[in-house]
Amino acid sequence: MALRMWASSTANALRISCTAKASLSPAFSLSRCFSTVLDGLKYASSHEWVKHEGSVATIGITDHAQDHLGEVVFVELPEPGGSVSKGGSFGAVESVKATSDVNSPISGEIVEVNSKLSETPGLINSSPYEDGWMIKVKPSSPSELESLMGPKEYTKFCEEEDAAH
Amino acid sequence: MSTISQARSIGLPLMNIVRFKGAPILHQLYLEEQLLRTSSENWCVINDGTNIPTIVMGISGKPSELLEVRSVLQDQVPVVRRFSGGGTVIVDHGTLFVTFICNKNAVPGVQPYPQPIMSWSSTLYNEVFQGIGHFHLRENDYVFGNRKFGGNAQSITKNRWVHHTSFLWDYEARNMAYLKLPMRTPKYRLARDHEEFVCRMKDFLSREAFIDRTLKAVGTQFSVRPIQSEASSVPHDATFQHSTTMLTKQELEAALPSQSETYELQRF
Repeated sequence: MALRMWASSTANALRISCTAKASLSPAFSLSRCFSTVLDGLKYASSHEWVKHEGSVATIGITDHAQDHLGEVVFVELPEPGGSVSKGGSFGAVESVKATSDVNSPISGEIVEVNSKLSETPGLINSSPYEDGWMIKVKPSSPSELESLMGPKEYTKFCEEEDAAH
Repeated sequence: MSTISQARSIGLPLMNIVRFKGAPILHQLYLEEQLLRTSSENWCVINDGTNIPTIVMGISGKPSELLEVRSVLQDQVPVVRRFSGGGTVIVDHGTLFVTFICNKNAVPGVQPYPQPIMSWSSTLYNEVFQGIGHFHLRENDYVFGNRKFGGNAQSITKNRWVHHTSFLWDYEARNMAYLKLPMRTPKYRLARDHEEFVCRMKDFLSREAFIDRTLKAVGTQFSVRPIQSEASSVPHDATFQHSTTMLTKQELEAALPSQSETYELQRF
């Protein structure tokens, strides 16, 4: 995980994409923050990301969050068909000795849940933006996405949060 | 309160202190989760022993992996799955509990993540145990030297967190037989069995001294307000949806090894 973060921050400095998908790339140099922040996503102040594609939004926790939480050993997720509210908790991750709520950045209906996480919760650490996705939601108020942070804002937010502590 | 201590407490965040003696651990956990999710104040809950020996697992605990289920069922030991993370303990009248439930902004410089909260707790307990044993935080445990006497667990929401500790003031060695050796153990445990790994806090200080010292340490960071446990400010909402549960006999029986598994074990 440390090697991956070093590689991603180096790639950021060289403006090289860290991911296989051309549509997702590291936004910019992160000289002080060693977590990856991807372009094309929106971010919540509670460190969840949203990727809106068509009628579905995919949600997970950010690289910054997984790094601060430590090794994830258990993931509690809702059932498909339920609903989420913006800012409300929809599940939890267990890492080390702690359970930590995961909050939804947007409101909507849960259409799919990542079942791989029950067997392999560590995907959240190794691939927070791809294989470690948590739920897919049909947004009920797409305008909620506009109030979320973009990559630059979120990176600055992380840096300020870390600097303040 | 003296003028000096009054002046010192001005500007410090308020910490409500609720004390119990021998309260059932299930009730303590119910209260803690309700305070975490429905209160906006800071709380310190102290329970001096619990009345019935009870096994308490973390949120993801599986009885088949963690417990000697046949013995647990035979001896009718209650088993609770708590709302926080972490490992499995068996608690009784010799266990002292101290829990902090805080707004994330109440403790400056502490981000609401496991390691910063754990580190903050160790600075508080450094004060409690100053001059006693060789106290420190080792991985996620409180130790004297290299022997564990306090285990920790946490639950973190968007704006608040719980850090709770069970302290082994005393324990019954025979109760440990209900627990299997967990798959995840701290590195510093090495290959030590239970008797070599843990120690009893009573060999270092009395229960009263520990509680007094803890309250004094809390008072250096917070303005302390004792609250009666029956007070209306302590929530007792029967409609609150608790995550902590007491496992049923059926759930425990389902965790027993099957006939064929038992035969395979016996063959070896």
